[in-house]
Amino acid sequence: MKLITAIIRETKLDQVREALIENEITRITVVRVSGHGQQLNEDIYRGKKVVPNLIPKVKLEIAVNDSFVDITVNTIIANARTNASGEVGDGKIWITPLEECIRIRTGEKGGNAI
Amino acid sequence: MNTFKRKTVLVTVLLLLFSAASISGSEGAEVDTGITSWMLTSTALVLLMIPGLAMFYGGLVRTKNVMGTMMHSFTAMGVMAVLWVVIGYAMSFGENILGGWFGWNKDYFLLKGIDETIMDAKVPEYVFSMFQGKFAIITPALIAGAFAERVTFKGYVLFIALWGMIVYNPLCHWVWAGDGFLYQLGAIDFAGGTVVHISAGISGLVAAIYLGARRGHPSTAMPPSNLTMTMMGAGLLWVGWFGFNAGSSVSSGLLTTQALTATQTAAAAGAIAWMIIEGIHHGKSTALGFASGILAGLVAVTPAAGVVQPWGALILGTAAASVCYLAIILKDKLGYDDSLDAFGIHGIGGIVGALLLAFLMRGSHTVPEIFSQFGVQVLAVGIAIAYAAFVTFILLVIVNKLVGLRSSVREEMQGLDASYHGEHGYGMVNVS
Repeated sequence: MKLITAIIRETKLDQVREALIENEITRITVVRVSGHGQQLNEDIYRGKKVVPNLIPKVKLEIAVNDSFVDITVNTIIANARTNASGEVGDGKIWITPLEECIRIRTGEKGGNAI
Repeated sequence: MNTFKRKTVLVTVLLLLFSAASISGSEGAEVDTGITSWMLTSTALVLLMIPGLAMFYGGLVRTKNVMGTMMHSFTAMGVMAVLWVVIGYAMSFGENILGGWFGWNKDYFLLKGIDETIMDAKVPEYVFSMFQGKFAIITPALIAGAFAERVTFKGYVLFIALWGMIVYNPLCHWVWAGDGFLYQLGAIDFAGGTVVHISAGISGLVAAIYLGARRGHPSTAMPPSNLTMTMMGAGLLWVGWFGFNAGSSVSSGLLTTQALTATQTAAAAGAIAWMIIEGIHHGKSTALGFASGILAGLVAVTPAAGVVQPWGALILGTAAASVCYLAIILKDKLGYDDSLDAFGIHGIGGIVGALLLAFLMRGSHTVPEIFSQFGVQVLAVGIAIAYAAFVTFILLVIVNKLVGLRSSVREEMQGLDASYHGEHGYGMVNVS
């Protein structure tokens, strides 16, 4: 089991979510987050150049069985990119091993609980 | 015969009072300070409806679109007010030109010629002009509800400017100016059921279909950002509507209070009707439903405020809420995306009011009289629908070619606030 964490653009959430559902990855958690990356979010507001210090992003957390890792990651990459070649700020994915997963309702453990 | 005469006199007096600007003010008329102060108050009340509408619509859209949507109402307050002073009043209340398509009076250009005019209704013409100007602001602002959350800012501004000139002003002229042809036919539109609500509702429907649905409609939930604000907006609209309807008497007396009473009654009846219908249909009466009922009642009584008694207003409010409720269910079945129900409430409610009023007029009328009035109402409504729909479609195509009307996918997903205004309505959602 793996925990896939993806930081993506806010504007791409719906597209990524719909694509994941299409590929039968329906169990996800979404959080609004702010952070630093390579992206410099320069903006002009009322004539002044401003650089907001933290950029809003969306974080997806998806726990999957090993056989679903590739399809999940590929779906996110394909849909979170701004265009075919991608742009700075499109986000990042990291995968961590998942020690255990327990369904609260039944107490089931392991891959079946995901 | 006697009742027919009474009715004719009543209608004539009503319409004359309302379109008093078409009768050029006589120099010698005295200002009646009572009427003038009520008209000043009414003008302010109608203006109050526009921030009210901004709050009503703003609360209904998603968090990322709240500023953009409120700006739709506020930009109308800027753009339409300027256009009204420059040429709008002249086009609406000048004498027929181009075969009566709209009016023109060079004295009304920039309101130059009315600096000292006192109208026969004993009010300075400035107050009448400003009062009417508020209607020209709110009408295009109402349309914004139909294509909310997916229209470019540039496209919207250009669209309402053109729409105000080419749709609103001619309709206003036809129905309210003394030489307007619908006025001559005897169509009753006391405070703007046809001119304001039907025209805005139909144009909204055409625009919503032309622009297409929002991305994700109807499968994705699009929850209102702030219903608290929507309720405050609905409250402001109700209060402002007293200026809208009671002010349309351009007097301060019996007719004013008749209109005010009808307005209050219809709004309350509409709200209760919606609450009960929804309560039975869904098991819960929503706050948004109550607010929608208020608006449906207010819209329906708008054309009828001067001619119905409280019992008629009760029927109008109840009927409008019921029909609008069905219209919104039908909308979901048909699948077009009238985001905030500009057509479902204003279009349908306006049509219900304009047609039903023929059967609810005060005084006794014979059946043929009622049906002849009904025929006139049908004709006026039909002309307004056909004209507004056709011209709106042409304007949409032109504006779309010139500056683009539909937001790009990226702009739409990012939200109107960030895309067009560089701002956020709700800054507290993220740490920054």
